[in-house]
Amino acid sequence: MENKDFERKDIIGWGIDANPLDVPSYPMKLRNENDNKGMTWERPSQQLAQVEILTSNERPTITAVFGTPNPPSGLSGKIRRYAFKFSESSYGHWLPLLLADRVNMIEGVVDDFKRGHFPNIFSELGGKSELKHNPKGFARKVLVGLAITAAIVMVCRRDNDDEDDEY
Amino acid sequence: MLAMNYRGPYRVRADQKPMPEIQHPGDAIVRVTRSCICGSDLHLYHGLVPDTRVGTTFGHEFIGVVEEIGSDVENLKVGDNVLVPFNIACGKCIFCQQGLYGNCHESNPQATAVGGIFGYSHTAGGFDGGQAEYVRVPYADVGPMVIPDDMDHDDAVLLTDVVPTGYQAAEMGAIKPGDTVVVFGAGPVGLMAAKSAWLFGAGRVIVIDHIEYRLEFAKRFAQCEAYNFRSLEDVVLFIKKTTDYIGADVCIDAVGCEAAGNAMQTITGRKLMLQAGSATALHWAINSVKKGGVVSIVGVYGPTDNLVPIGNVVNKGITIRANQASVKRLLPRLIEHVRAGRLNPKEMITHRVPLEEVSDAYHIFSAKLDNCIKTILIPSSANK
Ligand SMILES: [Zn+2]
Ligand SMILES: [Zn+2]
Repeated sequence: MENKDFERKDIIGWGIDANPLDVPSYPMKLRNENDNKGMTWERPSQQLAQVEILTSNERPTITAVFGTPNPPSGLSGKIRRYAFKFSESSYGHWLPLLLADRVNMIEGVVDDFKRGHFPNIFSELGGKSELKHNPKGFARKVLVGLAITAAIVMVCRRDNDDEDDEY
Repeated sequence: MLAMNYRGPYRVRADQKPMPEIQHPGDAIVRVTRSCICGSDLHLYHGLVPDTRVGTTFGHEFIGVVEEIGSDVENLKVGDNVLVPFNIACGKCIFCQQGLYGNCHESNPQATAVGGIFGYSHTAGGFDGGQAEYVRVPYADVGPMVIPDDMDHDDAVLLTDVVPTGYQAAEMGAIKPGDTVVVFGAGPVGLMAAKSAWLFGAGRVIVIDHIEYRLEFAKRFAQCEAYNFRSLEDVVLFIKKTTDYIGADVCIDAVGCEAAGNAMQTITGRKLMLQAGSATALHWAINSVKKGGVVSIVGVYGPTDNLVPIGNVVNKGITIRANQASVKRLLPRLIEHVRAGRLNPKEMITHRVPLEEVSDAYHIFSAKLDNCIKTILIPSSANK
Protein backbone atom coordinates (compact mmCIF):
# COMPACT_ATOMS: atom_id res chain seq x y z
CA MET A 1 0.00 0.00 0.00
CA GLU A 2 1.24 3.43 -0.84
CA ASN A 3 0.88 6.75 0.89
CA LYS A 4 -1.48 8.77 -1.29
CA ASP A 5 -0.66 12.14 0.26
CA PHE A 6 2.99 12.45 -0.63
CA GLU A 7 5.13 11.35 -3.53
CA ARG A 8 8.48 9.97 -2.39
CA LYS A 9 10.36 11.96 -5.00
CA ASP A 10 8.93 15.15 -3.47
CA ILE A 11 10.50 14.43 -0.10
CA ILE A 12 13.84 16.16 0.25
CA GLY A 13 16.64 13.67 0.76
CA TRP A 14 14.55 10.55 0.24
CA GLY A 15 16.74 7.44 0.45
CA ILE A 16 19.96 9.37 0.90
CA ASP A 17 21.05 7.17 3.82
CA ALA A 18 19.58 3.95 2.44
CA ASN A 19 22.91 2.23 1.89
CA PRO A 20 24.29 1.25 5.30
CA LEU A 21 27.83 1.37 3.96
CA ASP A 22 27.31 4.99 2.97
CA VAL A 23 26.33 6.05 6.46
CA PRO A 24 29.51 6.86 8.37
CA SER A 25 27.81 6.30 11.67
CA TYR A 26 26.32 2.91 10.88
CA PRO A 27 28.69 0.45 12.61
CA MET A 28 27.74 0.76 16.24
CA LYS A 29 30.22 -1.80 17.39
CA LEU A 30 33.79 -1.03 16.50
CA ARG A 31 35.65 -3.90 18.08
CA ASN A 32 39.14 -3.28 19.34
CA GLU A 33 41.91 -4.99 21.24
CA ASN A 34 40.54 -3.79 24.60
CA ASP A 35 37.35 -5.79 24.25
CA ASN A 36 36.81 -8.51 26.83
CA LYS A 37 39.60 -7.21 29.00
CA GLY A 38 37.46 -5.50 31.63
CA MET A 39 38.12 -2.01 32.93
CA THR A 40 41.54 -1.70 31.32
CA TRP A 41 41.35 1.60 29.47
CA GLU A 42 43.61 4.51 30.26
CA ARG A 43 41.37 6.24 32.77
CA PRO A 44 40.83 10.01 32.73
CA SER A 45 42.29 11.82 35.74
CA GLN A 46 40.19 11.53 38.87
CA GLN A 47 37.93 14.32 40.11
CA LEU A 48 38.25 14.74 43.88
CA ALA A 49 35.07 14.13 45.85
CA GLN A 50 34.52 17.12 48.14
CA VAL A 51 30.98 16.12 48.98
CA GLU A 52 29.45 12.71 49.62
CA ILE A 53 28.92 10.82 46.34
CA LEU A 54 26.87 7.64 46.43
CA THR A 55 28.30 4.93 44.19
CA SER A 56 26.60 1.99 42.51
CA ASN A 57 27.83 -1.31 43.99
CA GLU A 58 28.00 -2.63 40.44
CA ARG A 59 31.35 -0.95 39.88
CA PRO A 60 34.62 -1.24 41.79
CA THR A 61 35.49 2.46 41.77
CA ILE A 62 33.96 5.88 41.49
CA THR A 63 33.84 7.26 37.93
CA ALA A 64 36.49 9.78 36.89
CA VAL A 65 33.95 12.63 36.96
CA PHE A 66 30.59 13.13 38.64
CA GLY A 67 28.14 15.84 39.59
CA THR A 68 28.45 17.43 43.02
CA PRO A 69 25.32 19.57 43.59
CA ASN A 70 22.74 18.38 46.13
CA PRO A 71 24.70 15.76 48.11
CA PRO A 72 22.53 13.45 50.25
CA SER A 73 21.32 15.12 53.44
CA GLY A 74 18.70 14.75 56.16
CA LEU A 75 16.24 11.89 56.29
CA SER A 76 16.09 11.59 52.50
CA GLY A 77 19.88 11.25 52.50
CA LYS A 78 19.67 8.40 55.03
CA ILE A 79 17.16 6.60 52.79
CA ARG A 80 19.35 7.15 49.73
CA ARG A 81 22.42 5.71 51.51
CA TYR A 82 20.37 2.65 52.39
CA ALA A 83 19.22 2.30 48.75
CA PHE A 84 22.81 2.19 47.52
CA LYS A 85 23.43 -1.02 49.49
CA PHE A 86 21.41 -2.77 46.77
CA SER A 87 22.31 -3.35 43.14
CA GLU A 88 20.64 -1.60 40.22
CA SER A 89 18.75 -4.79 39.42
CA SER A 90 16.95 -4.70 42.76
CA TYR A 91 13.72 -3.00 43.86
CA GLY A 92 15.59 -2.50 47.14
CA HIS A 93 17.57 0.12 45.27
CA TRP A 94 14.92 1.99 43.28
CA LEU A 95 11.88 2.05 45.56
CA PRO A 96 13.72 3.65 48.52
CA LEU A 97 15.11 6.24 46.11
CA LEU A 98 11.59 7.16 44.97
CA LEU A 99 10.52 7.35 48.62
CA ALA A 100 13.54 9.53 49.39
CA ASP A 101 12.50 11.90 46.59
CA ARG A 102 9.07 12.41 48.21
CA VAL A 103 10.64 12.98 51.63
CA ASN A 104 13.12 15.37 50.01
CA MET A 105 10.21 17.39 48.61
CA ILE A 106 8.93 18.06 52.14
CA GLU A 107 12.48 18.85 53.30
CA GLY A 108 12.61 21.37 50.44
CA VAL A 109 9.55 23.23 51.75
CA VAL A 110 10.94 23.23 55.31
CA ASP A 111 14.24 24.51 53.94
CA ASP A 112 12.47 27.33 52.10
CA PHE A 113 10.73 28.40 55.31
CA LYS A 114 14.00 28.27 57.27
CA ARG A 115 15.47 30.71 54.79
CA GLY A 116 12.47 32.95 55.20
CA HIS A 117 11.25 32.13 51.71
CA PHE A 118 7.55 31.37 51.45
CA PRO A 119 7.33 29.18 48.33
CA ASN A 120 4.79 30.53 45.85
CA ILE A 121 3.25 27.17 44.97
CA PHE A 122 0.74 28.70 42.55
CA SER A 123 3.54 30.23 40.51
CA GLU A 124 5.79 27.15 40.82
CA LEU A 125 3.01 25.03 39.34
CA GLY A 126 2.75 27.38 36.38
CA GLY A 127 -0.62 28.72 37.53
CA LYS A 128 -0.34 31.89 35.47
CA SER A 129 -0.07 29.95 32.20
CA GLU A 130 -2.95 27.64 33.20
CA LEU A 131 -5.10 30.72 33.82
CA LYS A 132 -4.11 32.19 30.46
CA HIS A 133 -4.25 29.14 28.19
CA ASN A 134 -6.74 26.87 29.96
CA PRO A 135 -9.15 29.08 31.93
CA LYS A 136 -11.90 26.43 31.96
CA GLY A 137 -9.53 23.79 33.34
CA PHE A 138 -8.31 26.32 35.87
CA ALA A 139 -11.85 27.06 37.06
CA ARG A 140 -12.55 23.34 37.36
CA LYS A 141 -9.41 22.81 39.46
CA VAL A 142 -10.35 25.70 41.75
CA LEU A 143 -13.84 24.26 42.23
CA VAL A 144 -12.45 20.78 42.97
CA GLY A 145 -9.98 22.36 45.40
CA LEU A 146 -12.74 24.25 47.17
CA ALA A 147 -14.90 21.11 47.36
CA ILE A 148 -12.04 19.10 48.87
CA THR A 149 -11.28 21.87 51.37
CA ALA A 150 -14.96 22.08 52.33
CA ALA A 151 -15.10 18.29 52.77
CA ILE A 152 -11.98 18.31 54.96
CA VAL A 153 -13.42 21.13 57.06
CA MET A 154 -16.67 19.23 57.51
CA VAL A 155 -14.88 16.00 58.46
CA CYS A 156 -12.71 17.88 60.95
CA ARG A 157 -15.76 19.53 62.47
CA ARG A 158 -17.43 16.17 62.87
CA ASP A 159 -14.28 14.85 64.57
CA ASN A 160 -14.41 17.79 66.92
CA ASP A 161 -18.06 17.06 67.63
CA ASP A 162 -17.15 13.46 68.41
CA GLU A 163 -14.49 14.63 70.80
CA ASP A 164 -17.01 16.97 72.40
CA ASP A 165 -19.29 14.01 72.93
CA GLU A 166 -16.60 12.15 74.82
CA TYR A 167 -16.09 14.92 77.27
CA MET B 1 23.36 33.16 38.68
CA LEU B 2 19.78 32.39 37.72
CA ALA B 3 18.86 28.72 37.27
CA MET B 4 15.85 26.49 37.07
CA ASN B 5 15.25 24.82 40.45
CA TYR B 6 13.24 21.60 40.96
CA ARG B 7 11.14 21.62 44.14
CA GLY B 8 9.13 18.41 43.74
CA PRO B 9 6.64 16.95 41.23
CA TYR B 10 5.15 19.67 38.97
CA ARG B 11 6.91 22.39 41.00
CA VAL B 12 9.85 24.28 39.52
CA ARG B 13 11.02 27.88 39.74
CA ALA B 14 13.82 30.17 38.63
CA ASP B 15 16.18 30.81 41.52
CA GLN B 16 19.53 32.31 42.33
CA LYS B 17 22.14 29.55 42.68
CA PRO B 18 25.93 29.56 43.14
CA MET B 19 28.05 29.84 39.96
CA PRO B 20 29.37 26.46 38.77
CA GLU B 21 33.11 25.93 39.14
CA ILE B 22 35.82 23.94 37.39
CA GLN B 23 36.16 20.72 39.41
CA HIS B 24 38.28 18.62 37.07
CA PRO B 25 41.05 19.63 34.65
CA GLY B 26 38.88 18.52 31.73
CA ASP B 27 35.94 20.80 32.67
CA ALA B 28 34.72 23.95 30.97
CA ILE B 29 32.22 26.52 32.23
CA VAL B 30 29.74 27.51 29.52
CA ARG B 31 27.51 30.60 29.54
CA VAL B 32 24.21 29.31 28.21
CA THR B 33 22.66 31.18 25.29
CA ARG B 34 19.74 28.81 24.66
CA SER B 35 18.41 25.70 26.37
CA CYS B 36 15.37 23.56 25.61
CA ILE B 37 12.76 21.79 27.63
CA CYS B 38 12.69 18.18 26.42
CA GLY B 39 9.91 15.61 26.58
CA SER B 40 12.18 13.53 28.78
CA ASP B 41 12.47 16.47 31.22
CA LEU B 42 8.77 15.91 31.84
CA HIS B 43 9.51 12.49 33.37
CA LEU B 44 11.71 14.30 35.90
CA TYR B 45 9.17 17.13 36.29
CA HIS B 46 6.46 14.57 37.07
CA GLY B 47 8.67 12.93 39.72
CA LEU B 48 9.00 9.58 37.92
CA VAL B 49 12.80 9.30 37.77
CA PRO B 50 14.37 7.94 40.98
CA ASP B 51 16.94 10.09 42.80
CA THR B 52 15.78 13.42 41.40
CA ARG B 53 16.85 15.60 44.31
CA VAL B 54 15.17 18.85 45.26
CA GLY B 55 17.35 21.76 44.21
CA THR B 56 18.46 20.15 40.95
CA THR B 57 18.68 22.17 37.74
CA PHE B 58 17.39 20.32 34.68
CA GLY B 59 18.36 20.86 31.04
CA HIS B 60 20.36 18.50 28.82
CA GLU B 61 19.79 20.42 25.58
CA PHE B 62 21.81 23.63 25.51
CA ILE B 63 24.35 25.69 23.61
CA GLY B 64 26.50 28.54 24.84
CA VAL B 65 29.80 30.37 24.97
CA VAL B 66 32.92 28.96 26.67
CA GLU B 67 33.71 31.23 29.64
CA GLU B 68 36.45 29.26 31.38
CA ILE B 69 38.44 26.08 30.69
CA GLY B 70 40.30 23.58 32.89
CA SER B 71 44.04 23.03 32.52
CA ASP B 72 43.68 19.91 30.36
CA VAL B 73 41.24 21.33 27.80
CA GLU B 74 42.85 21.66 24.37
CA ASN B 75 40.09 21.62 21.78
CA LEU B 76 38.14 24.62 23.08
CA LYS B 77 39.06 28.17 23.92
CA VAL B 78 37.32 30.91 25.85
CA GLY B 79 34.79 32.66 23.61
CA ASP B 80 33.97 29.64 21.44
CA ASN B 81 30.31 29.09 20.64
CA VAL B 82 29.65 25.45 21.41
CA LEU B 83 26.86 22.95 21.10
CA VAL B 84 27.00 20.44 23.94
CA PRO B 85 25.68 16.89 23.40
CA PHE B 86 23.40 15.71 26.20
CA ASN B 87 25.66 12.71 26.92
CA ILE B 88 28.67 13.27 29.18
CA ALA B 89 31.35 11.02 27.69
CA CYS B 90 35.03 10.48 28.52
CA GLY B 91 36.13 9.37 25.05
CA LYS B 92 38.46 6.76 26.61
CA CYS B 93 36.45 3.88 28.04
CA ILE B 94 35.64 0.81 25.92
CA PHE B 95 32.14 2.06 25.26
CA CYS B 96 33.25 5.51 24.07
CA GLN B 97 35.87 3.79 21.91
CA GLN B 98 33.05 1.91 20.18
CA GLY B 99 31.19 5.13 19.47
CA LEU B 100 28.71 4.39 22.25
CA TYR B 101 29.01 7.87 23.76
CA GLY B 102 25.58 7.47 25.33
CA ASN B 103 26.95 4.56 27.37
CA CYS B 104 30.15 6.05 28.81
CA HIS B 105 31.48 4.21 31.88
CA GLU B 106 33.38 7.16 33.37
CA SER B 107 30.67 9.77 33.88
CA ASN B 108 28.07 8.35 36.24
CA PRO B 109 29.05 6.80 39.59
CA GLN B 110 25.44 6.27 40.68
CA ALA B 111 24.43 3.82 37.95
CA THR B 112 26.13 1.61 35.39
CA ALA B 113 23.24 1.14 32.96
CA VAL B 114 23.15 4.76 31.87
CA GLY B 115 25.99 7.22 31.29
CA GLY B 116 26.16 10.76 32.63
CA ILE B 117 23.52 13.19 31.33
CA PHE B 118 23.29 16.90 32.11
CA GLY B 119 20.47 17.77 34.50
CA TYR B 120 18.96 14.31 34.54
CA SER B 121 18.84 13.25 38.21
CA HIS B 122 21.49 11.45 40.23
CA THR B 123 20.59 8.27 38.38
CA ALA B 124 22.34 9.93 35.43
CA GLY B 125 25.34 11.25 37.36
CA GLY B 126 23.98 14.11 39.46
CA PHE B 127 25.10 16.89 37.13
CA ASP B 128 23.31 20.22 37.03
CA GLY B 129 21.86 21.02 33.62
CA GLY B 130 21.75 23.93 31.23
CA GLN B 131 18.45 25.57 32.12
CA ALA B 132 20.59 28.18 33.83
CA GLU B 133 22.86 31.08 33.03
CA TYR B 134 26.01 28.98 33.45
CA VAL B 135 26.76 25.27 33.45
CA ARG B 136 29.72 23.03 34.22
CA VAL B 137 30.64 20.88 31.21
CA PRO B 138 32.89 17.89 32.07
CA TYR B 139 35.13 16.25 29.45
CA ALA B 140 34.97 19.47 27.46
CA ASP B 141 37.45 18.12 24.92
CA VAL B 142 35.19 15.19 24.01
CA GLY B 143 31.55 16.16 23.64
CA PRO B 144 31.21 19.88 22.84
CA MET B 145 31.57 21.01 19.26
CA VAL B 146 32.24 24.52 18.01
CA ILE B 147 29.11 25.62 16.14
CA PRO B 148 29.90 26.13 12.44
CA ASP B 149 29.59 29.79 11.39
CA ASP B 150 26.88 29.08 8.86
CA MET B 151 24.66 27.23 11.33
CA ASP B 152 21.57 28.81 12.84
CA HIS B 153 21.81 28.58 16.64
CA ASP B 154 18.19 27.41 16.80
CA ASP B 155 19.20 24.39 14.71
CA ALA B 156 22.35 23.91 16.80
CA VAL B 157 20.49 23.60 20.09
CA LEU B 158 18.22 20.91 18.64
CA LEU B 159 21.28 18.95 17.50
CA THR B 160 22.17 18.34 21.16
CA ASP B 161 19.43 15.71 21.56
CA VAL B 162 16.16 15.60 19.62
CA VAL B 163 17.64 15.47 16.12
CA PRO B 164 20.25 12.75 16.86
CA THR B 165 17.77 10.79 19.00
CA GLY B 166 15.14 10.82 16.25
CA TYR B 167 17.71 10.02 13.60
CA GLN B 168 19.23 7.18 15.62
CA ALA B 169 15.73 5.77 16.15
CA ALA B 170 15.39 5.50 12.38
CA GLU B 171 18.96 4.22 12.02
CA MET B 172 18.37 1.47 14.59
CA GLY B 173 15.26 0.48 12.62
CA ALA B 174 17.54 -0.68 9.79
CA ILE B 175 14.98 0.70 7.35
CA LYS B 176 15.20 -0.65 3.82
CA PRO B 177 13.90 1.28 0.78
CA GLY B 178 10.15 0.97 0.52
CA ASP B 179 9.61 -0.02 4.16
CA THR B 180 6.55 1.04 6.09
CA VAL B 181 7.67 2.77 9.28
CA VAL B 182 5.30 3.51 12.15
CA VAL B 183 6.38 6.09 14.72
CA PHE B 184 4.55 6.14 18.06
CA GLY B 185 4.62 9.66 19.50
CA ALA B 186 4.46 13.02 17.69
CA GLY B 187 6.71 14.93 20.07
CA PRO B 188 9.93 16.46 18.73
CA VAL B 189 11.82 13.14 18.81
CA GLY B 190 9.00 11.30 17.05
CA LEU B 191 8.82 14.08 14.46
CA MET B 192 12.56 13.82 13.80
CA ALA B 193 12.33 10.02 13.64
CA ALA B 194 9.54 10.30 11.05
CA LYS B 195 11.50 12.86 9.07
CA SER B 196 14.69 10.76 9.24
CA ALA B 197 12.87 7.59 8.16
CA TRP B 198 12.58 9.11 4.67
CA LEU B 199 16.36 9.57 4.53
CA PHE B 200 16.76 5.82 4.96
CA GLY B 201 14.35 5.21 2.10
CA ALA B 202 11.05 4.54 3.85
CA GLY B 203 8.16 4.03 1.45
CA ARG B 204 5.53 5.04 3.93
CA VAL B 205 5.74 6.82 7.28
CA ILE B 206 2.85 6.75 9.77
CA VAL B 207 2.78 8.72 13.03
CA ILE B 208 0.44 7.82 15.91
CA ASP B 209 -0.43 10.21 18.74
CA HIS B 210 -3.52 11.42 20.59
CA ILE B 211 -3.14 15.17 20.48
CA GLU B 212 -4.71 16.72 17.43
CA TYR B 213 -2.44 19.75 17.05
CA ARG B 214 0.66 17.54 17.20
CA LEU B 215 -0.77 15.27 14.49
CA GLU B 216 -1.50 18.26 12.23
CA PHE B 217 2.05 19.48 12.82
CA ALA B 218 3.48 16.03 12.05
CA LYS B 219 1.69 15.85 8.68
CA ARG B 220 3.16 19.15 7.58
CA PHE B 221 6.59 18.83 9.14
CA ALA B 222 7.40 15.21 8.32
CA GLN B 223 5.23 14.73 5.21
CA CYS B 224 3.74 11.65 6.84
CA GLU B 225 0.36 10.12 7.55
CA ALA B 226 -0.79 10.87 11.07
CA TYR B 227 -3.55 9.20 13.07
CA ASN B 228 -5.17 9.84 16.42
CA PHE B 229 -5.36 6.59 18.37
CA ARG B 230 -8.38 7.91 20.27
CA SER B 231 -10.33 7.83 17.01
CA LEU B 232 -9.14 4.32 16.16
CA GLU B 233 -10.84 1.42 17.83
CA ASP B 234 -7.66 -0.65 17.93
CA VAL B 235 -4.31 0.77 16.88
CA VAL B 236 -2.67 -2.59 16.25
CA LEU B 237 -5.58 -3.79 14.14
CA PHE B 238 -5.56 -0.55 12.19
CA ILE B 239 -1.88 -0.95 11.32
CA LYS B 240 -2.37 -4.58 10.35
CA LYS B 241 -5.25 -3.63 8.05
CA THR B 242 -3.42 -0.75 6.43
CA THR B 243 -0.38 -2.96 5.73
CA ASP B 244 -2.33 -5.70 3.94
CA TYR B 245 -2.56 -7.70 7.19
CA ILE B 246 1.22 -8.12 7.40
CA GLY B 247 2.30 -5.46 9.89
CA ALA B 248 4.75 -2.57 9.67
CA ASP B 249 8.35 -3.31 8.72
CA VAL B 250 9.70 -1.03 11.42
CA CYS B 251 8.04 0.38 14.56
CA ILE B 252 9.61 3.17 16.57
CA ASP B 253 8.70 3.87 20.20
CA ALA B 254 9.28 7.60 20.67
CA VAL B 255 6.99 7.85 23.70
CA GLY B 256 8.43 5.98 26.68
CA CYS B 257 7.15 5.79 30.20
CA GLU B 258 4.27 8.28 30.13
CA ALA B 259 2.25 6.73 27.33
CA ALA B 260 -1.50 7.23 27.36
CA GLY B 261 -4.00 4.92 25.70
CA ASN B 262 -4.30 1.90 27.99
CA ALA B 263 -6.02 2.15 31.36
CA MET B 264 -4.24 -0.82 32.92
CA GLN B 265 -0.82 0.47 31.87
CA THR B 266 -1.68 3.98 33.04
CA ILE B 267 -2.69 2.75 36.49
CA THR B 268 0.14 0.27 37.06
CA GLY B 269 2.85 2.23 35.27
CA ARG B 270 2.09 5.90 35.83
CA LYS B 271 -0.09 6.13 38.90
CA LEU B 272 1.08 3.27 41.12
CA MET B 273 4.60 3.13 39.63
CA LEU B 274 4.59 -0.67 39.80
CA GLN B 275 6.26 -0.66 36.39
CA ALA B 276 9.02 1.51 35.00
CA GLY B 277 6.26 3.58 33.42
CA SER B 278 3.37 2.73 31.16
CA ALA B 279 4.56 0.48 28.33
CA THR B 280 1.59 1.13 26.01
CA ALA B 281 3.62 2.47 23.09
CA LEU B 282 6.05 -0.44 23.36
CA HIS B 283 3.16 -2.94 23.36
CA TRP B 284 1.74 -1.33 20.24
CA ALA B 285 5.15 -1.34 18.56
CA ILE B 286 5.76 -5.03 19.29
CA ASN B 287 2.25 -6.06 18.33
CA SER B 288 1.98 -4.02 15.11
CA VAL B 289 5.39 -4.79 13.62
CA LYS B 290 5.53 -7.63 11.09
CA LYS B 291 7.12 -10.99 11.89
CA GLY B 292 10.87 -10.60 11.60
CA GLY B 293 10.46 -6.81 11.80
CA VAL B 294 12.43 -4.33 13.86
CA VAL B 295 11.28 -2.41 16.92
CA SER B 296 13.43 0.59 17.74
CA ILE B 297 13.05 2.18 21.18
CA VAL B 298 14.22 5.66 22.10
CA GLY B 299 11.41 6.48 24.53
CA VAL B 300 12.66 6.87 28.09
CA TYR B 301 11.68 4.23 30.63
CA GLY B 302 12.50 4.02 34.32
CA PRO B 303 15.11 1.59 35.61
CA THR B 304 12.73 -0.98 37.14
CA ASP B 305 10.66 -3.67 35.39
CA ASN B 306 8.01 -3.43 32.69
CA LEU B 307 5.21 -5.72 31.65
CA VAL B 308 6.27 -6.37 28.07
CA PRO B 309 4.74 -8.95 25.69
CA ILE B 310 8.03 -10.81 25.36
CA GLY B 311 6.24 -13.95 24.15
CA ASN B 312 5.21 -12.09 21.00
CA VAL B 313 8.78 -10.87 20.54
CA VAL B 314 9.96 -14.49 20.52
CA ASN B 315 7.12 -15.89 18.43
CA LYS B 316 7.38 -13.13 15.82
CA GLY B 317 11.17 -13.14 15.64
CA ILE B 318 11.36 -9.42 16.28
CA THR B 319 14.66 -7.59 16.49
CA ILE B 320 14.61 -4.98 19.24
CA ARG B 321 17.15 -2.20 19.22
CA ALA B 322 17.28 0.58 21.75
CA ASN B 323 19.67 3.14 23.15
CA GLN B 324 20.29 6.66 24.23
CA ALA B 325 21.53 8.49 21.15
CA SER B 326 25.30 8.80 20.82
CA VAL B 327 25.16 12.43 19.78
CA LYS B 328 28.86 12.92 19.05
CA ARG B 329 28.96 9.92 16.69
CA LEU B 330 26.06 11.28 14.64
CA LEU B 331 26.84 15.00 14.53
CA PRO B 332 28.95 15.14 11.34
CA ARG B 333 26.27 13.39 9.31
CA LEU B 334 23.43 15.41 10.81
CA ILE B 335 25.16 18.72 10.21
CA GLU B 336 25.42 17.70 6.56
CA HIS B 337 21.69 16.98 6.47
CA VAL B 338 20.78 20.29 8.13
CA ARG B 339 23.07 22.22 5.77
CA ALA B 340 21.52 20.53 2.76
CA GLY B 341 18.02 21.36 4.00
CA ARG B 342 17.03 17.70 4.36
CA LEU B 343 16.39 18.23 8.06
CA ASN B 344 14.92 21.49 9.33
CA PRO B 345 14.86 21.11 13.12
CA LYS B 346 14.25 24.75 14.05
CA GLU B 347 10.78 24.65 12.47
CA MET B 348 9.69 22.69 15.56
CA ILE B 349 10.35 25.61 17.90
CA THR B 350 7.01 27.10 18.93
CA HIS B 351 7.89 28.92 22.15
CA ARG B 352 10.76 31.19 23.22
CA VAL B 353 10.57 32.01 26.91
CA PRO B 354 12.84 33.97 29.27
CA LEU B 355 14.48 31.68 31.86
CA GLU B 356 12.66 33.66 34.58
CA GLU B 357 9.35 32.17 33.36
CA VAL B 358 10.50 28.57 33.59
CA SER B 359 7.53 27.46 35.77
CA ASP B 360 5.02 28.51 33.13
CA ALA B 361 7.15 27.09 30.32
CA TYR B 362 7.14 23.67 32.00
CA HIS B 363 3.43 23.78 32.69
CA ILE B 364 2.55 24.77 29.10
CA PHE B 365 4.65 21.92 27.68
CA SER B 366 3.52 19.35 30.23
CA ALA B 367 -0.19 20.20 29.90
CA LYS B 368 0.14 20.49 26.08
CA LEU B 369 -1.28 24.03 26.12
CA ASP B 370 -0.97 26.73 23.45
CA ASN B 371 -0.08 24.22 20.66
CA CYS B 372 3.35 23.77 22.18
CA ILE B 373 5.82 21.53 20.32
CA LYS B 374 9.25 22.74 21.47
CA THR B 375 10.23 25.44 23.95
CA ILE B 376 13.49 27.33 24.13
CA LEU B 377 14.54 29.05 27.36
CA ILE B 378 16.68 32.14 27.04
CA PRO B 379 18.61 33.52 30.03
CA SER B 380 18.93 37.30 30.17
CA SER B 381 22.71 36.83 30.20
CA ALA B 382 22.56 35.18 26.75
CA ASN B 383 23.37 38.35 24.83
CA LYS B 384 26.13 39.60 27.08
ZN1 LIG C 1 16.15 15.80 25.39
ZN1 LIG D 1 33.59 6.87 28.19
